[in-house]
Amino acid sequence: MPPKGRIVVNDLYCKGCELCVAACPQEVMGLDMSRITTKGYHPATLIKEGCTGCGVCAVVCPEAAITVYREVVRPRVAAAA
Amino acid sequence: MARELWKGNIAIAEAAVRAGLEAYFGYPITPQTELLEYLSMRMPELGRVFVQAESELGAINMVYGAACTGVRVMTSSSSPGISLMMEGLSYIAGTEVPVVLVDVMRGGPGLGNIAPAQGDYNQIVHGGGHGDYRPIVLAPSNIQEAIDLTMLAFDLAEAYRAIAVVLLDGSLGQMMEPAEMPPLRPLKSTYPDWAVRGAIGRERRVLSSIYLDPPLEEEANLRILRRWQQVEANEVRYKGYYLEDARFVVVGFGTAGRVALSAVRAARAEGIRVGLLRPITVSPFPSRVLRELADQVEGFLVVEMNTGQMLEDVLRAVEGRAPVEFFARLGGVMPLPEEVLDEIKRMASTPLSVDGHPRERWLQRMLQPA
Amino acid sequence: MTLADMETLVYARPASLTEMPTHYCPGCTHGVAHRLIAEVIDEMNLRERTIGVASVGCSVFAYNYFDFDWVQAPHGRAPAMATGIKRVLPDRLVITYQGDGDMASIGMGEVVHAAARGENITVFFINNANYGMTGGQMAPTTLPGQKTTTSPHGRDVETQGYPVRAAELISTLEGASYVVRRSLHDPKNIRLAKKAIRLALETQVRGLGFSMVELLSICPTNWGMTPVQSLKWLEEHMIPYFPLGDYKVHPAVAEIKV
Repeated sequence: MPPKGRIVVNDLYCKGCELCVAACPQEVMGLDMSRITTKGYHPATLIKEGCTGCGVCAVVCPEAAITVYREVVRPRVAAAA
Repeated sequence: MARELWKGNIAIAEAAVRAGLEAYFGYPITPQTELLEYLSMRMPELGRVFVQAESELGAINMVYGAACTGVRVMTSSSSPGISLMMEGLSYIAGTEVPVVLVDVMRGGPGLGNIAPAQGDYNQIVHGGGHGDYRPIVLAPSNIQEAIDLTMLAFDLAEAYRAIAVVLLDGSLGQMMEPAEMPPLRPLKSTYPDWAVRGAIGRERRVLSSIYLDPPLEEEANLRILRRWQQVEANEVRYKGYYLEDARFVVVGFGTAGRVALSAVRAARAEGIRVGLLRPITVSPFPSRVLRELADQVEGFLVVEMNTGQMLEDVLRAVEGRAPVEFFARLGGVMPLPEEVLDEIKRMASTPLSVDGHPRERWLQRMLQPA
Repeated sequence: MTLADMETLVYARPASLTEMPTHYCPGCTHGVAHRLIAEVIDEMNLRERTIGVASVGCSVFAYNYFDFDWVQAPHGRAPAMATGIKRVLPDRLVITYQGDGDMASIGMGEVVHAAARGENITVFFINNANYGMTGGQMAPTTLPGQKTTTSPHGRDVETQGYPVRAAELISTLEGASYVVRRSLHDPKNIRLAKKAIRLALETQVRGLGFSMVELLSICPTNWGMTPVQSLKWLEEHMIPYFPLGDYKVHPAVAEIKV
């Protein structure tokens, strides 16, 4: 099973340029058309399940607006310890 | 310390070293090149910075960068090279970092020649660079003064976060005279609170001449102007000779003042009561003393090695209260004491008027030789 | 069990960037270049020892976005200012950040001689094939046939000359130790660009002389394209004229392992 990840897009920085949308290998990103940032942009967001936390969106982001997290997958025994 | 023979350019270079010069950046141009050559040997032997730049543009911007670190920095050049530095000088003035500049003037405009002249007065004193700023300008007339004023230039530049210029002509740069060199001062070990040296354990700093918001630019201009008012209040320097009983006062800076002094002494020997006012700071200009003298004397004679650039500042100071006459030689031709003496004699024997412009009268005399 | 135990942080905004949002247009890769430089300075733990020299052009406000000391140079003169700073403070990291108009046109004299002297500074050169800040005029890097506001019918090489390949030109100088060209048009190339930035700064830290990283960059607003279209245009038009690669790697630099 692929790892599970999530991103946090900071509205202060995101300008809705869509470079992350185009670069996302899982094709799970898009612009959030229901929101407008204070600068007047639709910010980038995850639009469906499937983020692996690979970080490619952050690599191409010109505004350093994206924080990326990935779920830690550990054996049950280790997690319980 | 003993008096030794020093050549002008080298005396200034060594004086700068003794004032604590930490970094020098320059480019060859006659008649100041010995200054650069001397420092290419002297600075490295003291472990200090010397760089021969690719151009005057490079040199002044290296100076700009080094000045931002808060150390004592200097460059030197001559008229055409100074013209090239004007961009950097404006940025330096706008960033309010202290810099010392030596201008050993030569004949111009354009490539001109390498003979002594004073044609840089306007571009230095009244600013060749864009925007509102005023450099402190010190004009020595002998080698000892060149040494002392170079030391002073560093102190004034730092005190007022300004550009301090040592302004002399090629003859002073090239001449040798006995002079006393002050002892070597230690380099500074603390730096001003604006210096950019890496944000180690403190908030970051930015040094720039950019104020995109007009009210902030206005504030910066006012700050620079207020600092200039302090300079005007505290730093006017001049030397008066035989002024107590003078009917006439000759005004000249640097070499022109030196030549004029010989003429004044000769006139005194002939019984003409004439004195000399030699501005040492041509910026700030000694306007107040000229205004005071204007109420006491029968006339002024301004002597320059340009077409009357300082003359305009004298006229502004005198405000028509006394007649002003003008004499100049141009293009690298030195005025002779005898020529200045003739002018003094002419003034003593002919009625003088405050009407007309002294430059016009001088031009007519020049074009119709007796 | 806390959240920290369940998740690992893959990427966060580098500490060497300030909190200020940039003035760059959406999609402009100036921001990518800024981010990469900040990431590398963080990784090398050099934030407090770095002094930046900003230039004139879109990157004029670079000093607002990095959390270290900056000065701001006249147009094209950043390498001269950097020389002045570095000579006085040789143990600081001194970088310039310049666009193509600034470095490859008005400032060509300064950068060439800084490189020739082997000045121990690092130049980041952003090549986006036009003057961005003034609204898209022809730059020394504008491609033959490329339309700009001052080459409205496309750059005519007969009257307007040919683009300057800065990395190749600088690489001929003995004093230059590390001169490369990278591109910011896709994740792979961005990663390669970051590695080059690291090597350039390592070159300086080790006192090995002049280093320059040319970064092919997009200017969607002035090119009249979307950011995504611009990436494609860069790849298809700029890279053939400005080939990516290592133009000068001094043997001592080649040995650096990062």
